Amino acid sequence: MTGLPIAVVGASAAGLAAAETLRRSGWRGPLTLIGDEPHLPYDRPPLSKQLLHGAWAPEKLLLRTTDQLAPLDLDLRLGTRATGLDVATRTLTLDDGTELACAGVIIATGVAARTLPGADRIAGVHTLRTLDDALALRSRLAKGGAPGSEGVAAGGRGLRLVIVGNGVLGCEAAAVARELGHDVTLVGIEATPMAAAVGTEVGELLAEEHRARGVRLVTGAVAGFETAPADPADGGDPRVTAVRLAEGAAPSGGAPGGSGETAPGGGRLLPADLVLVAIGSRPAVEWLDDPALDTGDGLRCDAYCAAAPGIYAAGDVARWDHPVHGRPLRFEHRMNATEQGMAAARNLLAELAPSAPAGAEEAAPAQERRPFAPVPYFWSDQYAVKIQAYGLTAGADRVETTVVDRAERRVLALYGRDGSAVGVLIAGLPPRQVRALRAVVAAPLPWEEARERIAAATAPG
Amino acid sequence: MKITLDADKCCAAGQCVLIAPEVFDQRDEDGVVVLLDAAPPAAQHDAVHEAAAICPAAVIEVHA
Repeated sequence: MTGLPIAVVGASAAGLAAAETLRRSGWRGPLTLIGDEPHLPYDRPPLSKQLLHGAWAPEKLLLRTTDQLAPLDLDLRLGTRATGLDVATRTLTLDDGTELACAGVIIATGVAARTLPGADRIAGVHTLRTLDDALALRSRLAKGGAPGSEGVAAGGRGLRLVIVGNGVLGCEAAAVARELGHDVTLVGIEATPMAAAVGTEVGELLAEEHRARGVRLVTGAVAGFETAPADPADGGDPRVTAVRLAEGAAPSGGAPGGSGETAPGGGRLLPADLVLVAIGSRPAVEWLDDPALDTGDGLRCDAYCAAAPGIYAAGDVARWDHPVHGRPLRFEHRMNATEQGMAAARNLLAELAPSAPAGAEEAAPAQERRPFAPVPYFWSDQYAVKIQAYGLTAGADRVETTVVDRAERRVLALYGRDGSAVGVLIAGLPPRQVRALRAVVAAPLPWEEARERIAAATAPG
Repeated sequence: MKITLDADKCCAAGQCVLIAPEVFDQRDEDGVVVLLDAAPPAAQHDAVHEAAAICPAAVIEVHA
């Protein structure tokens, strides 16, 4: 084992947190950080907000500068993809042919955007997961109008943007595109935006906000795209002209209809200059083909974030046994990426410590491995509305929504499962109250007790 | 220890206040971070490092 590195696969928030924690916790051996994108580790939540809007330059998304990374003494391999892992020997294979035998491995490969069949061969159809994705979409939004026309910023007309998928990402992008003056249609299979994440009542309040800002909401499944022949100046791919819905699609919630036309084969058409496909993501586990690993929906881990001896996972890709909630969970939340990266790093070091690998002699006294038991947190910004949620809001079997002030979009919602309160969502309340609500759902709590504690935490004065 | 903030990036998660309430606070109107003590005493250093590491918007920078 002498001199073997710890390798962190994935150079986004979770992977960076893991690498930094390994060093802070005393790992002095070689440390390899592998990222498939060419960029230094950057932050993803602003991609669909400040970056897409144009308010922030890409440099502002960097999580660390080169100078800040230097003390980590990383073997940083950007633009490099891991293609295989032999669990028994802890050996990684990289796409440049390298075989890397490791003391331990932390897998933080995240998720990849799902898309629709054929979408990658149609100009004007985008996804939004990476910095390059966001810059490409931003560039199109900034140009505005038809090819060759003046941009929105220069007074040109807005683009007809159809966003396929009304989850968190689609809703955030819709808000930004409206603020930039584009004509936005948000299409979802679910009638209510973000319903899967926050339930229908809060989702309907968001729907009101989007409608008030002029976003057209449509319920339906997308059957395909209509295209026009390639513009010689725009590369070789045909250009999108419309999104074709499956038959039976309708505007949701009483919004005015008549915005689309009917395709010759049936099914409505939504004219589009530009399309964003935001229909969720799939965990990046296809490279893990070792039968010792369960990659059913993300990489399955125990309560310590271990997928196998010496193999840990963190962030969007990891499905682990949350010790408080008693079932395997996977989060695509920014906060979880960092927290789980830190936890996986500490637990890996604790596991390695008894075998005293070279490089760890000077490490701090070995810590016990600890179950990873965070209070989940996510936020979303749409227009001036900031949603924050602690605990579990998805998959609730009971939701109680209190609208504190409809016009101001002040809302508090409690989410339950199997008789216990497990999640709370807040919009528009003072920060002190928001922080106090975290403790209410730190662990499942009897429903009535949770209601009483919420009332106490949000009492005036 | 000296702390600097890029408060423009703050997403108002409030984790820093939960971890180091004597060093960080949030503005009432929008939850953006407020620095109460840019050079906190040694007893606060671990908490400040933890807050900086966990901040989901990479707002807090700690200088030696």
